[in-house]
Amino acid sequence: MPTDKKTLKELYTRTLKVRLFEEEVWELFGQNLVPGTLHLYLGEEAVAAGVTTALKKSDWIQSTHRGHGHVVAKGADMKAALAELLGKKTGSCKGKGGSMHITQFDVGVLGATGVVASGLPIAVGAALSCQMRGTKDVVACFFGDGASNNGTFGESLNMSAIWKLPLIWVVENNFYAMGTPIKLTCPSQSIAQRAEGYCIPSKVVDGNNAVEVYEATVEAVERARAGDGPTLIECQTYRMKGHSRFDPAKYRPKEEAEYWLSRDPVDIIKKLAIEQGALTEAQAEKIREKLLKEVKRAADFAVKSDFPEPEEALEDVYAEVA
Amino acid sequence: MVEMTYRDALKAGLREEMLRDERVFILGEDVGKNWGGAFKVTKGLAEEFGDARVRDTPISENTIVGAAVGASITGLIPVAEIMFGDLITLAMDQVCNQAAKMRYMFGGQTSVPIVIRTVFGGGKNIASHHSQSLEAWFMHTPGLKVAVPAFASDVKGLIKTAIRDPNPVLFAEHKLVYDRKEDVPDEEYTIPFGEAKIRREGADVTLWGTMFMLHKALAVAEELHKEGISVEVIDPRTLVPLDKQTLIESVKKTGRLVLVTEETKTLATTAEIAAMVQEEGFDWLDAPIKRVNAPDTPVPFSPPLEQFFIPDEKRIAQAVRDVV
Repeated sequence: MPTDKKTLKELYTRTLKVRLFEEEVWELFGQNLVPGTLHLYLGEEAVAAGVTTALKKSDWIQSTHRGHGHVVAKGADMKAALAELLGKKTGSCKGKGGSMHITQFDVGVLGATGVVASGLPIAVGAALSCQMRGTKDVVACFFGDGASNNGTFGESLNMSAIWKLPLIWVVENNFYAMGTPIKLTCPSQSIAQRAEGYCIPSKVVDGNNAVEVYEATVEAVERARAGDGPTLIECQTYRMKGHSRFDPAKYRPKEEAEYWLSRDPVDIIKKLAIEQGALTEAQAEKIREKLLKEVKRAADFAVKSDFPEPEEALEDVYAEVA
Repeated sequence: MVEMTYRDALKAGLREEMLRDERVFILGEDVGKNWGGAFKVTKGLAEEFGDARVRDTPISENTIVGAAVGASITGLIPVAEIMFGDLITLAMDQVCNQAAKMRYMFGGQTSVPIVIRTVFGGGKNIASHHSQSLEAWFMHTPGLKVAVPAFASDVKGLIKTAIRDPNPVLFAEHKLVYDRKEDVPDEEYTIPFGEAKIRREGADVTLWGTMFMLHKALAVAEELHKEGISVEVIDPRTLVPLDKQTLIESVKKTGRLVLVTEETKTLATTAEIAAMVQEEGFDWLDAPIKRVNAPDTPVPFSPPLEQFFIPDEKRIAQAVRDVV
């Protein structure tokens, strides 16, 4: 079933929302307001937008070190998200996590992890929990091409397959593990090919096209909710910027970078939505203005928020025993 | 009271919690019907509770613990069994980076109510990959609780407390205590974490130890009693939280302290306890603190080598004599 107009509009909105959020983060970073490091999601927005639009609020996502986009697309409060990146008391993790652990549990984010590939086992457990508790909720687990070379990839895909778990494995293949190109680390043509060994159906999609990501996810979610087990979706995409904050990504061939940067995920979904009559140029602009205002308000909140008291470092190590 | 083995007392505790709370389930390698756990602790539970709640897994330690973490933050209470403590090295990321830190790094948004059961210690001639005592690693990881039950009557109450605790608990058993029999209360009971037990009262020397070494310590105390040395034996039962007070109070009384565990000596839990007592109880010490540990080598295989490696009664007794 082709994606309907309402959904096209939603895909445009979510893709753009993540873009504007990340642009704001980059700006705040430039003002030296973001401590530590950053792994920006710029360029990969269509993956988070496409996947989360196919999910319900009660469904879960597992995020990564490059997680801002996942969390915002799943519906996180941007004020708390930006405040967290600035290390503020009002941040979603009270300033204890920052960029690599940006998490909002109440909108269905299981967590963002600083250890590559360590989210996969957690997603297995959350999906097992959905299955054992008899909910119809599903789990979408984001990870990169680099994570697929870690042992937990094999362990977790295998476990998800033997137990037919309601899981969608979402590979964000941006072709580089930090600076190492995939051709040096992966012998197969695609990450999706690796799923075959675990008897998991898979699909390769254009990760810069939110509609392709969305449609593949809808199919995977249907399979998961029906009890037919996991699916792997490989979303081929590209970082607009380097791996982390000071990486100019000079190791990427010029022609390759130009090709991908000419395929901006926001432009692609906007064009598709307008072509299908889901949006007019004026409506698209209006959505942009509204989102931008929301992002600016969130940034203002984050900047004006207080830092935690130093002694708060001692809190939240253990939960109180009832 | 009913006499039962440590293994059966542990199983009884698991069973009671599974009956009490349907969110509790067990996962691990060979925990199910075909085997019932490498040390037979879960034998019979799959028949009673079904394969879903007593779940055999592939040999994937990191994902066993990670799956327990994911299940726990979404509403279940998993008890993950890692067949040998040595194999927990394969799951250290999930144990130490995820389970231990999630509550903290997410600012208290979630908690991780899992129990990781595993087995430490030597004495079975199964060499360097199946005999280590690694509890200090977990005591050194903020966010984890660590239980080290050595007696049947404790293990039942402590496993129930571990399952009800909202935090991740590393539950360390010792492979030589499963068959030891003891009177165990047959009524419902739990044992709070952080409460040491004075296993034997004494006046001259405090002997603090864990796991199988406690059984040796008690034999030594009996032996030394004949020599006129009165030894007080303290079992912390949990390392995190640690009952400092019972130990300090005992040192106030005896003025002398010997620490014994089966760990290799450098940075063993005994090192932390010795440091803590000199910080908080220095004024009451009448002699230097003595530590009895294994040498800093891997655990050897051949019986005479392993016997040399594991602290024995002779060494423990000598350490006590040295301080009086």
